Amino acid sequence: MFLINCPYCGEREQSEFKAGGEAHIVRPKQPTELSDDQWAEYLFMRKNIKGIQFERWIHIHGCRKWFNVARDTSNDVIKAVYKMGEKPPTN
Amino acid sequence: MTKNLRVKSSKFVDETYKIYFKFNGKTYHGYKGDTLASALLANDIHLVGRSFKYHRPRGIMTAGSEEPNAIVQLHKNTSRTEPNVRATEVEIYEGLEASSQNCWPSVNFDIGGINNFLSPILPAGFYYKTFMWPASFWKKYEYFIRKSAGLGKSPTEPDPDIYEHRYIHCDVLVIGAGISGIIAAKIAAKNGFKTVLVDEKPYLGGSTIYQNSEYFKINNQISSSWLDKEINEIKKIENLEIKTRTSVAAFHGYNFLLAREDLLDHLPFNQRNNKIRQRLLKIRSKKVINATGSLERPLIFDNNDRPGILLSSAINKYANLYGVACGKKNVLFTNNDSVYETAISLNSKGINVEAIIDNREEVDSKLIKETENNKIKVYKGYTVVNTSGYKRINKVTIMQLSKDGQKAIGSKISINCDCLGISGGWTPAVHLFTQSGGKLKFREEDQVFIPNKYSSDQISIGSCNGDFTIDEILLSVPKNIKQFLSIKKTDFENFQAHSSFNKSKRNIWLLPSDKNIGKTMPFVDFQNDATAKDIKLALREGFRSIEHVKRYTTTGMGTDQGKLGNMHALGIISETTGSKMGELGTTTFRPPYTPLTFGTIVGRNVGEYFDTFRKTPIHDWHVRNKAEFENVGQWKRAWYYPKSGESMHDAVQRESKAARDSAGILDASTLGKIDIQGTDASEFLNRVYTNAWSKLAIGKCRYGLMLNEDGMVYDDGVTTRLAENHYIMTTTTGGAATVLGKLEDYLQTEWPELDVYLTSVTDHYATVSVCGPNSKQIVSKVIPDLNFSNESFPHMSFKNAKIGKIKCRVMRISFTGEHSYEINVQASYGKSVWERCMEIGKEFNITPYGTETMHLLRAEKGFIIVGQDTDATMTPIDLQMDWIVSKKKYDFIGKRSLYRSDTIREDRKQLVGLLTEDPDEVLEEGAQIVADINKSPVEMLGHVTSSYYSPNLKKSIALGVVRGGKKMLGQKLIIPMENKKINITVADPVFLDKENKRLNA
Amino acid sequence: MKKKYSIFSLIKNAFSYHENWEKAWKDPEPKKEYDAVIVGGGGHGLATAYYLAKKHNVKNIAVVEKGWIGGGNTGRNTTIIRSNYLWDASAGLYDHALKIWEGLSQELNYNVMFSQRGVMNLAHNLQDVRDLKRRTHANRLNGIDAVYLNTEEVKKFCPIINTSPNIRYPVLGGTLQKRAGTARHDAVAWGYARGADEMGVDIIQNCEVRGIKRNGDSVEGIETTKGFIKTKKIGVVAAGHSSVIANMAGLKLPLESKPLQALVSEPVKPVIDTVVMSNAVHAYISQSDKGELVIGAGTDDYISYSQKGSHDIVEGTLNAILELYPIFSRMRMLRQWGGIVDICPDASPIISKTTIKGLYFNCGWGTGGFKATPGSGDLFAHTIANDEPHKLNAAFSLNRFVSGDLVDEHGAAAVAH
Repeated sequence: MFLINCPYCGEREQSEFKAGGEAHIVRPKQPTELSDDQWAEYLFMRKNIKGIQFERWIHIHGCRKWFNVARDTSNDVIKAVYKMGEKPPTN
Repeated sequence: MTKNLRVKSSKFVDETYKIYFKFNGKTYHGYKGDTLASALLANDIHLVGRSFKYHRPRGIMTAGSEEPNAIVQLHKNTSRTEPNVRATEVEIYEGLEASSQNCWPSVNFDIGGINNFLSPILPAGFYYKTFMWPASFWKKYEYFIRKSAGLGKSPTEPDPDIYEHRYIHCDVLVIGAGISGIIAAKIAAKNGFKTVLVDEKPYLGGSTIYQNSEYFKINNQISSSWLDKEINEIKKIENLEIKTRTSVAAFHGYNFLLAREDLLDHLPFNQRNNKIRQRLLKIRSKKVINATGSLERPLIFDNNDRPGILLSSAINKYANLYGVACGKKNVLFTNNDSVYETAISLNSKGINVEAIIDNREEVDSKLIKETENNKIKVYKGYTVVNTSGYKRINKVTIMQLSKDGQKAIGSKISINCDCLGISGGWTPAVHLFTQSGGKLKFREEDQVFIPNKYSSDQISIGSCNGDFTIDEILLSVPKNIKQFLSIKKTDFENFQAHSSFNKSKRNIWLLPSDKNIGKTMPFVDFQNDATAKDIKLALREGFRSIEHVKRYTTTGMGTDQGKLGNMHALGIISETTGSKMGELGTTTFRPPYTPLTFGTIVGRNVGEYFDTFRKTPIHDWHVRNKAEFENVGQWKRAWYYPKSGESMHDAVQRESKAARDSAGILDASTLGKIDIQGTDASEFLNRVYTNAWSKLAIGKCRYGLMLNEDGMVYDDGVTTRLAENHYIMTTTTGGAATVLGKLEDYLQTEWPELDVYLTSVTDHYATVSVCGPNSKQIVSKVIPDLNFSNESFPHMSFKNAKIGKIKCRVMRISFTGEHSYEINVQASYGKSVWERCMEIGKEFNITPYGTETMHLLRAEKGFIIVGQDTDATMTPIDLQMDWIVSKKKYDFIGKRSLYRSDTIREDRKQLVGLLTEDPDEVLEEGAQIVADINKSPVEMLGHVTSSYYSPNLKKSIALGVVRGGKKMLGQKLIIPMENKKINITVADPVFLDKENKRLNA
Repeated sequence: MKKKYSIFSLIKNAFSYHENWEKAWKDPEPKKEYDAVIVGGGGHGLATAYYLAKKHNVKNIAVVEKGWIGGGNTGRNTTIIRSNYLWDASAGLYDHALKIWEGLSQELNYNVMFSQRGVMNLAHNLQDVRDLKRRTHANRLNGIDAVYLNTEEVKKFCPIINTSPNIRYPVLGGTLQKRAGTARHDAVAWGYARGADEMGVDIIQNCEVRGIKRNGDSVEGIETTKGFIKTKKIGVVAAGHSSVIANMAGLKLPLESKPLQALVSEPVKPVIDTVVMSNAVHAYISQSDKGELVIGAGTDDYISYSQKGSHDIVEGTLNAILELYPIFSRMRMLRQWGGIVDICPDASPIISKTTIKGLYFNCGWGTGGFKATPGSGDLFAHTIANDEPHKLNAAFSLNRFVSGDLVDEHGAAAVAH
């Protein structure tokens, strides 16, 4: 069980949080313009990275704020935490 | 006649405090401080159990948690019975009853012992190669296999004991209170770190605490006396918490550890009632110091498993700590110096040591000299090739070892004995370290794996780090701790420690025999009866990875998880295949370190605390009025209110009729309520619901349907516009939390530009729903100040009002199709408003109804229940609710998915009404619907989602989904049940009052 | 021909101290080229190779495995086998597998210990009852042996379940499939490996795939830690790591890989003689032939390849186990472990061609793939050999995520475990 440094509340137990999957998948602004293939890409297709993944978490039993985490999915080490709307860290 | 092998009083055993206990039905005694194992040994009992596969007699082998053989059933046939308990860990108490396991009729005469003679045809994996003929017989074979497998017996009654959890947050956790752990804890605590020191044993000091010998000194004091003083000192340190009988079970990432603290098991039963038996400590420590010690290795030779064969260190411990001799004629067998410590100990206590067999040829240390001075014969360069004695060892046979260690040569010498102590050197206990993700390295000199790379802020010290002797420990531990904790000075600078050990070791994983290995029984895993030849067989058959060998031979899969034999298994694989130990890797050490009681893991979360219910503010009233309850999500909801003698059917029929004929009342408090505010609230609703919201007038209510992004119906409910920028949304009871989560998700991540605030107010309001032709009369008396005229307060509208001084929100909305009002008040007033309605409604026969009647009434009107009539594969179009899907809106959640090639198909499953040919025949919910019963395979068109007998229509009605159902109105279909076919007709899902006259009446 | 295993061969070999058993499978170095390469030496991959060789006359096949065969989810699951699925497509797929299970030990001459001790699924609320009845009716019409049991019948079939109406999740009923049961997981991998090896399949262990070489829209071979292997057909069966391989080929899959945990208790004499699953509380239990209680938990909600889950999941599962089986409170957990499962949005698998010619995927089995092993191998072999799905796996194509024609075992409450 890891510790997550909520950008609003500080370091808390993982059990206070809920994961929301891959981050930076932007909902298409004009869904009706998309083909079925493109829509499926948005809806279902995921990178599912082994390694550093940018992903969404919510402090569900805390401030209930969504934020982003850069975590190495091969060993669950969290490399960075950043707020919604912020760019992912480059290193 | 019982023998007494108690040799000398020990300060750890109180000989003035006699404790009586039973073993296999016979009464014995021991003393306070004894373990079951030490007490049995004091009574000269070695034979404790039978092995798993061959049912060979087995005795006590160790003195700790690594014990593979001496496992017993405690307290047969009681609620506190417990299987597979290690006799070496049980502290005896008055009334203890233990019995041998896996034997019938008794441990002395066990029918299963026949397996030992069949062992030639029962090699590793034999079961994969046989029991296949005839095919249908596997069940019969398996019956006997299962019966003979297993060890002890499961309890058959619920556990009377209590367990709990405790969270510990500390700066430094020290695991193991041997000499290294004590030094580390003292340094940490004295330097201001909030420190916790835990040890699985009831005493502190590890094996040094009973090391009473001139040959081991610290600052010129005998090591045990020195350590004793240190222990007394650390007990006084304030910021050091010491926990004995506490075993660390798991070391997870981020320094999260689980430990089991035993609080009761050493006490007599009459002192246990209503106390906590075990506590699961959930420890989050900034830094962790592993001082978990090391385990002595056995030696692998023919018949190395007989009762009376123990680890040499165990014999030493039984003598020094418990004052018990394991035998009268002891022989020791070793590849290193540590048995000489045992020999000198035994000798000093007057316990006879017949001989020592040392596989090293040229050895020379102070200890050996002293041993020889004591006239103990040392056979150098010899190995044990066999032992004899079925239920207790009576003889060892030894031969000389060839120079290369590969052969037993020369003539055989037999030595009579009743106890054999063996030592194959030491294995660092790195289990927790590797659990945490640490990586090991292999040290060639003494063939041990030691910690190399750490995955978190931790360190390993002492013998678990490969520093086995007190001089090494006193040199390295203070230095390493200083660095680890970044401190300048310790109390342990310039200490002089002296250990007489010589570190030489002649490591031979599988000792040679004069016989073909096929004729020998050299056990590697004692509990599971895996031998060295099983390992070689596995390798021969192509199982080359350590995990394959382990699984094929079951080595390391017993309740001891291979603490004794895993290294030898690796060694034998490496020698046989010619691969290097360090490159072979190890098997994964999985949590827990020692088996962990389910009850401890669960703690207080049993019974009523398992998963608590939510109850409405009116719950007590429902209970008082004999409601039956239904679990919906987290909630307890009144299901129906049977009057005396009424069946559920009778009650629901009565309630349903009363609601339509006069008045019914429902506790709707469980529906989710989300307060939505902000200048963009209307736009937000436009995006999350399928229909349009911008034009909803203030004070009006509207039904909304929410989809998932995949276009499937997710939730529904009525939302009311309270003010220009203020709405109150209702959700389904079960969906409230996830709907709020979903809305927050979109708001924060997709549309952060919207000015919208969401607040869950489900618990803040109680909701009383009054319906029926007389509802207006009742509600207008409850709230006399409010104008209830149709013009002022039409269907689908809302009013703020007051009942006396209590503010309330009244919605005229309906889920039953009746004229109906929902009164929302602050939760604490819920019950009094309900009671007021009941009181006033008495003259109208107001009838409380539960969820079942609610479901029936809405089905008469064809209203869906999300989750019952839908299953995450239904779009609004499938539900024939096209009217609610805005064509004008550019986008809403799920819209795009409604236009995929599959979702636009005309022949999808669609919601329809179903009427039975026989109006009294009520369909089973879940029953499948077909058109042609003779078609093979049968084509299922859909299923019945909701079904009731309607007392108002005096016939059976049902809702269902049917492939292409929209176009099948009036068509006849069939429901094939197990024993009959039911004829049905597809109908309009609205069975009652299609014109909504009752709503607006 | 390999020598046949039997009680007679055991007795015969006993005379030579079992020193003359031959290898169950060889350990060859890879050849330069194969007609087909299966990536992943778990049960599904080995079965695929076995059926490719046996039924489709493809002789030059390799199975490449990163670690040791059967070391992934094959060796980490709770071995439940059943076919009582709701949707026609799933029922067809899983019952195809179940039928093969029924003769698998004899077919492979390797005892996989398929034990038809029945699987019960419990209902804990009224919607569970509706869902399970719906499933039972569908099963019956699909020719699958499933019956609905009321609470008393559940208690009769498994007397140790707490059926008191006053518990948090009372048992309101359940379904029973008698042909369902468990099998010895390792034996499945080893049996298929031995069978495939006998037909000339090269089983190459410790051989990790590093890349997939493409020529335009077709595959040309794989880069591995043991060098480049040329092939025109690659079947990927790398549960947990499917996306990692897909990414090498430039594909994205509708998968998320999550930790799934299981645990066993210390072994005891027989106390539970069937398999009981409770989806509502995420707890599955059976007892192995060795006597251990085998308990399956749910997945964590985050993506991870670390093979470790959070303690909360195990604790939650045991909470539920003690709620339903209070007699197990004093039993002890012997071992817990995790596996990585890749999960599809509809909780159904993918056995499919891809947009790249010669590249096939068999993945997305979530938490319930073990039961399908023989059927999955058979159908995947068919798909690879014919470059067309068999009718039993046609519904499990990748295209369903585009069209929307999902096989939603998840939404239909019959959670695919």
